[in-house]
Amino acid sequence: MSVDGIGARVARKEDRRFLTGKGRYTDDMSVPGMKFAVFVRSPHAHATIKSIDAKAAKTMPGVIDVLDGKQLQADGIGNLICGWMIHSKDGSPMKMGAWRPLADKTVRYVGDAVAIVVADSVAEARDAAEAVAVDYEPLPVVTDPVEALGEGQPQIHSEAPKNLIFDWELGDAAAVDRAIAAAAHVTEMKIVNNRLSPNAMEPRAALGIYDAGDDHYTCYTTSQNPHLARLVMSAFYNVAPENKLRVIAPDVGGGFGSKIYIYPEEIVCLWASKRTGVPVKWTADRTEAFLTDAHGRDHVSTVKMAFDGNNRITALKVDTIANLGAYMSLFSSCVPTYLYATLLSGQYAIPAIHANVRTVYTNTAPVDAYRGAGRPEATYLLERTMETAARELGLPPGELRRINFIRTFPHQTPVIMNYDAGDYEASLNAAMEAADWNGFAARRAEAERRGMKRGIGMSCYIEACGLAPSAAVGSLGAGVGLWESAEVRVNAVGTIEVMTGSHSHGQGHETTFAQLVAERFGVPIDSVNIVHGDTDKVQMGMGTYGSRSGAVGMSAVAKALDKVEAKAKKVAAHLMEADERDVVIEDGALKVAGTDKSVPWSQVALASYTAHNLPSGMEPGLKESAFYDPSNFTFPAGCHICEVEVDPETGQTKIVQFVAADDFGNIINPMIVEGQVHGGLAQGIGQALLEGVHYDDSGQLLTASYMDYAMPRADDLPSFKVTTSNTPCPGNPLGVKGCGEAGAIGSPPALINAVTDAIGNNEITMPATPQKVWAAAQAAH
Amino acid sequence: MAKITMTVNGRQVSGLCDDRTLLVHFIRENLGLTGTHVGCDTTQCGACVVDMDGQSVKSCSILAVQAAGSSITTIEGLSANGELHPVQAAFKAHHGLQCGFCTPGMVMTAVDMIRRHGSNLDEATVRAELEGNICRCTGYHNIVQAILAAAAEMGGARHAAE
Amino acid sequence: MYDTNYHRASSIDEAVNIMAAAAEGKYLSGGMTLIPTMKQRLAAPSDLVDLRHIAEMKGIAVDGRSVRIGAASTHEEVATSAALAAVCPAICRLAAHIGDPHVRHMGTIGGSIANNDPAADYPAAMLALDAVIVTDRREISAGDFFTGLFETALEDGEIITAVRFEAPARAAYQKFPNPASRYAMTGVFVVRRDDGGVRVAVTGAGSDGVFRHPGLEAALAANWSPDAVANVMVDATDLLSDLHASAAYRANLVKVMTKRAVAAA
Repeated sequence: MSVDGIGARVARKEDRRFLTGKGRYTDDMSVPGMKFAVFVRSPHAHATIKSIDAKAAKTMPGVIDVLDGKQLQADGIGNLICGWMIHSKDGSPMKMGAWRPLADKTVRYVGDAVAIVVADSVAEARDAAEAVAVDYEPLPVVTDPVEALGEGQPQIHSEAPKNLIFDWELGDAAAVDRAIAAAAHVTEMKIVNNRLSPNAMEPRAALGIYDAGDDHYTCYTTSQNPHLARLVMSAFYNVAPENKLRVIAPDVGGGFGSKIYIYPEEIVCLWASKRTGVPVKWTADRTEAFLTDAHGRDHVSTVKMAFDGNNRITALKVDTIANLGAYMSLFSSCVPTYLYATLLSGQYAIPAIHANVRTVYTNTAPVDAYRGAGRPEATYLLERTMETAARELGLPPGELRRINFIRTFPHQTPVIMNYDAGDYEASLNAAMEAADWNGFAARRAEAERRGMKRGIGMSCYIEACGLAPSAAVGSLGAGVGLWESAEVRVNAVGTIEVMTGSHSHGQGHETTFAQLVAERFGVPIDSVNIVHGDTDKVQMGMGTYGSRSGAVGMSAVAKALDKVEAKAKKVAAHLMEADERDVVIEDGALKVAGTDKSVPWSQVALASYTAHNLPSGMEPGLKESAFYDPSNFTFPAGCHICEVEVDPETGQTKIVQFVAADDFGNIINPMIVEGQVHGGLAQGIGQALLEGVHYDDSGQLLTASYMDYAMPRADDLPSFKVTTSNTPCPGNPLGVKGCGEAGAIGSPPALINAVTDAIGNNEITMPATPQKVWAAAQAAH
Repeated sequence: MAKITMTVNGRQVSGLCDDRTLLVHFIRENLGLTGTHVGCDTTQCGACVVDMDGQSVKSCSILAVQAAGSSITTIEGLSANGELHPVQAAFKAHHGLQCGFCTPGMVMTAVDMIRRHGSNLDEATVRAELEGNICRCTGYHNIVQAILAAAAEMGGARHAAE
Repeated sequence: MYDTNYHRASSIDEAVNIMAAAAEGKYLSGGMTLIPTMKQRLAAPSDLVDLRHIAEMKGIAVDGRSVRIGAASTHEEVATSAALAAVCPAICRLAAHIGDPHVRHMGTIGGSIANNDPAADYPAAMLALDAVIVTDRREISAGDFFTGLFETALEDGEIITAVRFEAPARAAYQKFPNPASRYAMTGVFVVRRDDGGVRVAVTGAGSDGVFRHPGLEAALAANWSPDAVANVMVDATDLLSDLHASAAYRANLVKVMTKRAVAAA
């Protein structure tokens, strides 16, 4: 290992600009003539638009123009779409209602955009937006997904009768029912997975620039996947052909899924820039973010878990209703299906599984992937049920899990996934040891003497990352392939640029990807630059989400490095008059093994470009590209243990320790991996303890700012104990699995298992707020 | 429209702005110092923290005209001669940042925290002092480590100078 | 934020005169509530009169047990005043837990009291300490000052210049914060005078703002002990109920915070 290579705790190359205020986020961009946009949004959760009168607004100071959905329609801008087709169990395709970037007939949630105001300043645009007179006729509203499926409820899209988008299933229902009928014990639960707001700290923003001279558009936007944004805006929304549209996602301040999707605002800003003839910038305020960023989770499920007389799970039956909100967001359909039901086997050998999932329209913000996306829902359901079963069966929670662990690999589950490698007992043992599980009884007794209720809970999670084999996801309905691309450009002086289709918005790719190059060629990490986020600079790529950048993005880089290495060795062999099979790369030089012959890396690069002395027939230059399509998902797994103290008088829960023992396969930079785990844990703990989106019955969002939506703060959280074990992933050249989502997936059930253990009442829903815990603790006595 | 003058990062600056212009927007738009960020509307996230006359303040909740005549330090003015301030260096060494958006506010907050507490900071105090700064990426773990390390180093440096 | 006109006053008289000439003026102190409210377009004063630069409204004076806090004193100044800590540490601790450090550097006691947010901390202290609110034209006892949600006895154009109180024998404040906003979901300030008189003031819980609780006061006057709280009935009828806390839960918090405040006093 070189000092900057794989496995080293390299401090991040990108940090200096962030630490000195030189980061460049979308709202920091400024171009000559730029004007500012504010959107007119619906105050109603469901209403017919009778008319929009912008006459007064257009005469206000600083206003350039006010544009609405009719004009957008007239210019041929298309509907927003969901890019993953799901078929119901009756074979019918999902029932997708139309989503106009600016609503022209009906608004379906509070915050639905109806017009854009462009003005000299944000303040003037906001003044004018208030003066746009929209005449609404309110319609009945439904926000609850279970109610939305019932009789006599408001119909949100005519395309989807009774608001049912699809009724999908996976697994063998008959086998499951037989196993349940024959079971020695069945644990039954109702599981609610709460609705969350992603809350990347940088609000979404878009700067649309139309250049009439070249009939060309540029879009700066807060995106996790600028190429996908360009593809979708070209192919489906008719904004501009791909060759006339440049999308740049500069520094992006966190995503967590919410910046995967293409939203109305970037489409409308681009269109408005052409319409008005000025560059148009829009930046969300936090309340707009709460109203319109795609939310996460929001499942209501029932589960039955059957056991035989030896406490082995014989079957799992799950019925889930998933709220997708008012419109189908870009990947909304795959989250409660192929990212959820396929993980319901968890770490356990379960012979029969059946899941039925119904997705529903409601008058709420669209719901899509949020850190973990489907896998937290599966893990929460499974691990709450396992914990409950252990209590019912009178077994220690670790013991019931041990009895049911998968122990041989590869393992084919009944729900599509083929697990390639893992050692679940190793994680469980590591976590229990780090948490001093055996010392808990004494700690609980000590807490009891102080009047505190102490509890401990665990969660053994698995996730599927490294999205994803393109043909496989294509067969399941995906509209795109999920490979990744890389181009490695060795400059004539030997410095290196890597163009990657992955996008870093906090993950530290500028460092970890450079570590890979430093490791391979022995060059200083500072001589390697990672280029990403600009469709003009980088070849087509698929972006960053689903913990895919290490397993898929870096594998593409590795593949391109293989090609560069092969060519560099040929050049070096020619220069040293040696056989290329004898050439090795060490410490920044190409050497003939077993001799003192050596040429520096920089000299090989220069020779490649001067082309004065290359092997006969060789093309000049040293630049290679690769597309990497994974052969399987990767399967990070681990065990989280949470220990809490509940103050029974107030219901306040304090996390006294949190242990995460994870298996991410090989690790490129342990410091960055630990950071990813910490952040994921904070979001998972936030879900379990603090966060929840609430709408009232009229569809008004009650949690529209940090005054009412409880974000985890430093004093809500402990320092974390994080350990890793390693079963390398056999499916990719680096043996990596992905670490971005694990924290958010494993932690919520561990925490709720701990709280319910503390108070002696299993009936509690997330978030376990002081009020709820106090009430549940009262009810337990 | 008001013409206001203040000292920003040691330099006297003037600019025209509406009375309703917030200090953060004056800094970002009039002065082009975009390191100071806006992450919420309710004075809670702390991405906009700057130093005003020796104390940390939230520049999203102060009018630019209120700050007229004051001396402001933003994240861009914290380090000199290309050297990172000890707090900035500690954030880098301890991986106290990921997406970087909350980072300028976090760093300015840490500098103020250490100004008031010196090296007498413990983990609980640091966590309590971070009440006005929200980070969505790091889970705060490494931010806390970075601030403790910077406080120890700066306290040590102060002792050495005495 | 809607358009507004900013004025900086250098004396109380000047501030009053500017306000008298304004159409819909508002005094601006630290601005930690007013500016965010204006940002949300929930307030639209035609004029803002900045009080932060008026020397006569600053300073904390302690004479024996008599305390006078200038209205423009920031929460940070109250929290860190050694003179105040020597006679009434409870109010220093209260100030040290308002908002966050940056808010405490700007926000002032006068601004907080004039705003009378039902979840603010200072009103409970003022009521429990039987403080006198000093204005540019009169003195108002805290009991008469806080008249309802965001409502006070202040007349148009009246400025709080200081607060006065006699430091009690014992006092403490306990707050249970709202998990999201961190404002008091319930906060209780308890005071015990040398003569045995007890006051218990509750913030964050009352549907009509800060209030005293006669039942708790009577129980603690009879027996100044955390245990004395146990048998007191706290009626949930007039308590706030919202997303974060039902009235019943707040009623419980009133008792628990009172008990803990007495223990801490």
